[in-house]
Amino acid sequence: MGDLYDSQRAMRQMRKAAMQRGVVAILDVGTSKIACLVLRFDGPEQFRSRDGVGSLAGQSQFRVIGAATTRSRGVRFGEVDAMQETERAIRTAVQAAQKMANVRVDHVIACLSGARPRSYGLDGTLNVAGGMVTEQDISQVMASCDVPDYGADREVLHAQPVNFALDHRSGLADPRGQIGNELKTDMHMLTVDATAVQNIFYCIKRCDLELAGIASSAYVSGMSSLVEDEQELGAACIDLGGGTTGLSVFMKKHMIYADSVRMGGEHVTSDISMGLQIPMSTAERIKTFYGGVVATGMDDREMIEIGGDTGDWEHDRRTVSRAELIGIMRPRVEEILEEVRERLDAAGFEHLPGQQIVLTGGGSQIPGLDGLASKILGQQVRLGRPLRVQGLPQAAIGPAFSSAVGLTLFAANPQDEWWDFEIPAENYPARSLKRAVKWFKDNW
Amino acid sequence: MRSLIRRAASDAAPRDPAPSRLGYRYQRLMLTPGFRGTVRIGVPILLIMAIAGSWYAKPENRAALAATIAETKQSFQQRPQFMVQTMHVTGGDLAVMTDVAALLPQAFPVSSFDLDLEQMRADIEALAPIKSASVRVGQGGALEVQLTPRVPVALWRDAGTLRLIDADGVEAGQIMARAERLDLPLIAGDGAEDMIDEALRLFAAAGPLIDRVRGLVRMGERRWDMVLDRDQRLLLPSEDPVSALDRVIALNDAQDMLNRDVAVVDMRNTNRPTLRMNEEAADALRRVNTTINDGAGN
Repeated sequence: MGDLYDSQRAMRQMRKAAMQRGVVAILDVGTSKIACLVLRFDGPEQFRSRDGVGSLAGQSQFRVIGAATTRSRGVRFGEVDAMQETERAIRTAVQAAQKMANVRVDHVIACLSGARPRSYGLDGTLNVAGGMVTEQDISQVMASCDVPDYGADREVLHAQPVNFALDHRSGLADPRGQIGNELKTDMHMLTVDATAVQNIFYCIKRCDLELAGIASSAYVSGMSSLVEDEQELGAACIDLGGGTTGLSVFMKKHMIYADSVRMGGEHVTSDISMGLQIPMSTAERIKTFYGGVVATGMDDREMIEIGGDTGDWEHDRRTVSRAELIGIMRPRVEEILEEVRERLDAAGFEHLPGQQIVLTGGGSQIPGLDGLASKILGQQVRLGRPLRVQGLPQAAIGPAFSSAVGLTLFAANPQDEWWDFEIPAENYPARSLKRAVKWFKDNW
Repeated sequence: MRSLIRRAASDAAPRDPAPSRLGYRYQRLMLTPGFRGTVRIGVPILLIMAIAGSWYAKPENRAALAATIAETKQSFQQRPQFMVQTMHVTGGDLAVMTDVAALLPQAFPVSSFDLDLEQMRADIEALAPIKSASVRVGQGGALEVQLTPRVPVALWRDAGTLRLIDADGVEAGQIMARAERLDLPLIAGDGAEDMIDEALRLFAAAGPLIDRVRGLVRMGERRWDMVLDRDQRLLLPSEDPVSALDRVIALNDAQDMLNRDVAVVDMRNTNRPTLRMNEEAADALRRVNTTINDGAGN
């Protein structure tokens, strides 16, 4: 853990440096597309004292000055599959965004959708013996959380304190300065496959960019597409992406669970492609133009030309009714949603006060999906679009960009993570000067 | 039937070529502000300088350039608008104007760029009889010289030469004989030219004596002697000589003093005017006194 703890601290430092320079890029590495946004931090609130969130949910401090999307190559299930191809795709997106912004970008905040995220709830206890809770106590109580053995080949992506309790009072957001005996904390930790993170690291490094932060795509799409009361009362965000479907559960404005289902829109496309014997590109096109999940009687009569390029007239003039297309798509979408249901059940979603489910991501644009989802996931389902941010082009405001937009919010107003707090004193090297200074500070 | 012209499949994914590594790096380099500025401004300047330098390095090019510049300058300066055709000198008498004309260009027409008006003015003002001059190229290409001559107010005899002095004490010419300018008062002595205004005041105060005054002599660079005819001298004090002169005039009016045989009236000590008589007068006075005393003694 120490390794990633340090690298996360380093990334946080780099993110601060990028904010100072005022330009930072957002990179959403997805299975079907790679989106790059260039943000400029020069809004009216840049020099405002840090007090609360600020106007327009803190978004007035930045502006999107460049946006580009490219077809993703070499990414499968949200993980880097072919390194060179992915690097090229990232380069394409970054170059186009830089060209639009007309500014050179050196720092990148990325998100990854796959890499088998796994959530852990941790708790720690610290005896503060009737004293005032200090920042050092908070770091120590977080350090005292007993971390489960999550495996050697995994890394911690997020570790956020979700709740603090002081004696019998729970639900404290900031216990500093309060007096009590026993300080407890609940922490949500998200681990991912180390190799997937390293591959992304490496791809970005090969593009001469510096990684200034990394986030889970399920988390950031929840940040952008859930409204405030949903985040407060409890809601799940389901990001139907290309290769994976991410889900994140929010409660009291904190992510308390995240997971991903390794199925997405590309599986629907490949089902169409296999079922109708057509190339993937044609299947993608007819899915986006004619796709659906609820067939009606009129769909039997709506014939879709699926074409072909063989020279055989019969083969090239094939048609398929929309009902047939829906018949191919629906089982796969149902399968995805049922898998999501299973994960939510396992996470105990039904115990939350709010049961809102928000569908977002490119896959949520399938007509009739909300009806199907409400049958499987529960009654409170809505389709979510990302928040509007300043300067975002019209082409990038759809639900497919919810994780990219969420990443801009993540860049502007990051949640405090474990590594953002002070290092607990006992973790300093034994003979550190800093530790000696600290001892003097604490005792005199 | 298939058409003979094969159309691109409409459902093909849009072309989205990845930039080469080199192209990507190049674009990033060109977006770096410092580098971009250097390329956009520095390189063209360098190129222009290199081309100009290599052309200028050849001597024949240099000569051609110099010739072109000289020719252009010449043709511009020789335009009829800039040519000076005539010359008008005003404000001086004939002798002065002859001297001035010698300092001005002799051959006309001449370009006004070739005339150094400032130098000309300095040369003209260096002439003794001229107080100031204005030289300009006026309308119609005429060189106009306006002279202000010095007005002599006195003659200054200095080591045998007679100089004309104006009110500022500056020499305004020489004359051969006193008879040429009988209208001007004569002064002499070291430092006389510096106190010309005091001398003029004394001449003005001379009043009834003016016909008899020969001149003023500066004594020891500190006070004046007024010299009258019949070798009479009035020794005036250095302080307030005009009132001393007034007292002499008053004495003269009362006693008819200066018509007697007096050589010197010494007013240097204003409390005690002193007379020095001529030798014969003194003898006569002594003789008279002796006679009176003898008579009284008998």
